[in-house]
Amino acid sequence: MNYSKKIIDHFKNPRNYGKIKKPSAVGQVGNKVCGDVMKIYLKIENDIIKDIKFETLGCLVAIANTSLLTTLVKGKTIKQALKIKKEDLVKKFGKIPSIKIHCSFLAVEALKKAIENYYEKSTNSHVRRNR
Amino acid sequence: MKRIYLDYAATCPVDKRVLKEMLPFFSEKYGNTGSLHSFGQEAKIALEKARERIADLIFAQTEEIIFTSSATESNNLILKGLLKKNDHLIISCIEHPCIKETAKFLKTKGVLVTELKIDKQGFVKDLEKSIKKNTALISIIHASNEIGVVQDIEKISKVAKRNKILFHTDAAQSFGKIPINVKNIDFLTASSHKIYGPKGAALLYIKKGLKINPLLHGGGQEQGLRSSTVNIPAIVGFGKAAEIAKKEIQEDYKKQIKLRNKIITQALKIKACYLNGDQNKRLANNINLRFSNIEGEALTMKLDLEGIAVSTGSACASTKLEPSYVLLALGLKPQEAHGSLRISLGKYTREQEIDYFLKILSQSVKELRKLSPFK
Ligand code: FES
Repeated sequence: MNYSKKIIDHFKNPRNYGKIKKPSAVGQVGNKVCGDVMKIYLKIENDIIKDIKFETLGCLVAIANTSLLTTLVKGKTIKQALKIKKEDLVKKFGKIPSIKIHCSFLAVEALKKAIENYYEKSTNSHVRRNR
Repeated sequence: MKRIYLDYAATCPVDKRVLKEMLPFFSEKYGNTGSLHSFGQEAKIALEKARERIADLIFAQTEEIIFTSSATESNNLILKGLLKKNDHLIISCIEHPCIKETAKFLKTKGVLVTELKIDKQGFVKDLEKSIKKNTALISIIHASNEIGVVQDIEKISKVAKRNKILFHTDAAQSFGKIPINVKNIDFLTASSHKIYGPKGAALLYIKKGLKINPLLHGGGQEQGLRSSTVNIPAIVGFGKAAEIAKKEIQEDYKKQIKLRNKIITQALKIKACYLNGDQNKRLANNINLRFSNIEGEALTMKLDLEGIAVSTGSACASTKLEPSYVLLALGLKPQEAHGSLRISLGKYTREQEIDYFLKILSQSVKELRKLSPFK
């Protein structure tokens, strides 16, 4: 399979992988199609994504895509991060075999899940504070 | 970058001696085996010489060898050419897709099919229990293309004989690599490109006296069983490859088994690495490993970026995004099959290559595990 240089680079040297010790939020999704798992950790301060880390059990495209996504998201506001669509990743990477498109969904979905988790947590703590 | 090919089960390079033998048959000796003139005669002689060399390798008679274009064709030919409506066919669950899919097709034509399960080591089970009154054929793969496990075809053929059932074996992976004698085998499939011959030539062995129908009708080549202009260069190459195999089979086997065992011993030292399939009754050139908590396509690609060519049974690598059915049949869970890797050696594999591979392998596994959410 012929992948672009950019994909290969992110696969070989993944950016922002690993865990965040005390994350503000975590999002995990599984890929029903082939059984892969993707996890995203966020550190959020004042609605800004200060840090993002990922862990992936998946193919080359899944790993490279998440790595790319983390670079797009880091330092951005939550609102900006939510605007990123899977199509943006595909565009940035150039040709991906069509069978691998679902892998690029994974990253975006895990990010969404993490942000949802952040909102849940903050409303919960809000409720607690107001009690 | 130097490249290391460890995917001989997929296909092999053509042996230079084979290529040399083939070359005149493209532009000098290009006759049609069906022609009467000297060009035709020269082609016909070459065809029969190839047939002799191949028959010699498996202790067959020359007229028992039918040339085809691929192992897939041979397997289609035997199943479709033999079985009729209401016949019962027994295959195993780890047959190559060309047997599995043909059997599936024949089901729609009224053939009844039983798929034998395998045990945890990879050997077929329950053969005798599955035999019915109308069982017409047992077709069992000799050595698995994925896990390399070699079935006891002597035993299977005896069961078949006792029950007066015909026996076919797909020997694409074992032909030329382990000694085969067709004495107790009725039909056998083998292919040229797995033994350092060219692609585009294969054979179906049919025991003398047994009759099947052709897939292709036409000029009546190959005793009417395979009409088509004979692909002389490829068949000449196949014949030469068989002749070489006959001479070098022992030496190649010894060399490869040493390297195979080295890989198995060293790889199993890597944390959470396991061998798929029986450790001993497997081809000398096959190693099928699995690593917990990483994905095989990523691992295969990581190795490829270092110049090493292997293959995987991971769902992520398959066009259907399903894990290998052979690995699942061994009793592995999909997530276990996920981290699998097939390494297959050949006669050109050198020890330094294996050392380099082992180094890169453990490095790559470590790197991917760092990325994995499961530790
Ligand atoms: S993660 Fe399985 S195909 Fe990409």
